[in-house]
Amino acid sequence: MARAVMHPLTRSENMSGTAPNGERMKKYAARFIKPNDRLTSFERLEIYNKQYWFRLFSGMIEDFPGLQAVLGNRRFDELCKAYLQDCPSRSFTLRNLGRDLEGWLKKNPRWAGSRQAVAVDMVRLEWADIEAFDGKAEPPLKPEEVAGSAGANLRLRLQPYIQLLNLHYPVDTLVLKIKRLNEDTEFSSNAFRERRKRKQVQAIARLKPARIFLAVHRVDYFVYFRRLEENEYQLLAAMQQGKTLGQAVQQSLATKKNVAPPELAQVAGWFQNWAGLGWFCALKGNRSRG
Amino acid sequence: MPANRFNGFTNYGIGIGLRSPHYHHILTRKPVVDWFEIISENYMVDGGRPMHLLDQILEQYRVVQHGVSMYFGSAEKANREHLRRLKELVKRTKTPWVSDHLCWGSVDGRYTHDLLPMPYTFEAARKTAQKVREVRDFLEVPIAVENVSSYAEFHVSEMTEWEFLNEVVERADCGILLDVNNIYVSSQNHSFNPMTYVDSVPAERVAQIHIAGHSKYEKYILDTHDHAVIDPVWKLYDRAIQRVGHTATLLEWDDNIPTFKEVHNEALKANRFLAKGVLAHAV
Repeated sequence: MARAVMHPLTRSENMSGTAPNGERMKKYAARFIKPNDRLTSFERLEIYNKQYWFRLFSGMIEDFPGLQAVLGNRRFDELCKAYLQDCPSRSFTLRNLGRDLEGWLKKNPRWAGSRQAVAVDMVRLEWADIEAFDGKAEPPLKPEEVAGSAGANLRLRLQPYIQLLNLHYPVDTLVLKIKRLNEDTEFSSNAFRERRKRKQVQAIARLKPARIFLAVHRVDYFVYFRRLEENEYQLLAAMQQGKTLGQAVQQSLATKKNVAPPELAQVAGWFQNWAGLGWFCALKGNRSRG
Repeated sequence: MPANRFNGFTNYGIGIGLRSPHYHHILTRKPVVDWFEIISENYMVDGGRPMHLLDQILEQYRVVQHGVSMYFGSAEKANREHLRRLKELVKRTKTPWVSDHLCWGSVDGRYTHDLLPMPYTFEAARKTAQKVREVRDFLEVPIAVENVSSYAEFHVSEMTEWEFLNEVVERADCGILLDVNNIYVSSQNHSFNPMTYVDSVPAERVAQIHIAGHSKYEKYILDTHDHAVIDPVWKLYDRAIQRVGHTATLLEWDDNIPTFKEVHNEALKANRFLAKGVLAHAV
């Protein structure tokens, strides 16, 4: 029964006439499901088949509204159908439904067509949003914990919920616009909102690639996207990888072609901001031995 | 049976499902509500807003956990990660009991996220009961299994749904979360007398009762939890309370959710039946 329940619906969102094993679905359903005076075995099975797909589709729409805007409804539906067939849920919670989407989309670019690059960026951002929303937080670092410690050997840890992204398109702008539109339900009709959304989709189609660096983080339990300088991103990424402060600075602030090294005051300002946002975890004896 | 070993010897009254559209109202107005039921899976995460809100609710209200994906009826063993996270949550909420559904929904590690009906066979009852015991032993908290709404019946079934429920709970020695709306929905879809079902349930095992609304289609009824409770369901509730006594009762409203007040007022309608039940059991 599970194979039939997870079997893809037809284009008109009905149960397929052909069963997963190739036989007629009517015959397949009748083998294990009783008909009643109102519904055939096929129709009874179809209720579950439809519920399965509708539930999963609404999960995808809820988690990836930006991707839906980028691809349009029809292409998004086709992509979801293909993705969910290849990567059915393997988690007890629907929260994890989209966790394989980025990897899958990279291997299956045809589902996003000419918008592949922006679609991958969008999926990365929307998944990071989910991870940052309910990711683990540890007690923040207190200034007294680092007082007097050997700076270069210090191993600072970022909060587990922080997601660092380097993206090729400024998709954060579109996600924020969509969020605002969805929150605007009290003041606008569905039709009006959909029209505005379509306009945003057209706008994203005209988006030119632009390298952006983002930290997806939270303040007071709300998720925010914070744009970063490239060096700032590299420095944070190195610390997230477990590098000591010395290694992280050396690796990330090394002069690159066409990129001016940041001023010392600027780097100090970054650390001040990160600490202010509670991005560093308490040390708990994790100082490097050298 | 207001307090029994299947609901941790508690005596809870009328609760409602904790749903996100009501968070703000609950936290700012602090309405008097006897208890809230949470969907366990919504809070089996590492942190962030869901856990922050839950902690605020726990400071002021009693909370009972209700799960949707343990799948006691699935052939595979319970997912270890699921159990580990569920136990962590049980410690956090101090829920007196944990409920989940008498159904299956996963095969070979793939989840349908639906409550699929069981084939009512002795073999299925034996395996399901074994899994309920394993989960209870791991969680160290009483378990109540809930009867689901269903839209299909199997040729291989060897008994009625209520006989199957009784077989499972006796073998597992667990409690029942009796959903009278689900009984009504299934009775309409499968043409049986819902009162027979209510009358057949072992009253001493009922830990909790669910009430809810549903949607009627041309050829079947769907358990949508998006309407008020209809009179025939209240009648089933009345009968259940007459048999079971004053029992923890919860209204589920999961879609097209109205204001907090509307949901709470709908739930409080259960009071008139609970009062009658107390009288009946006092005589």
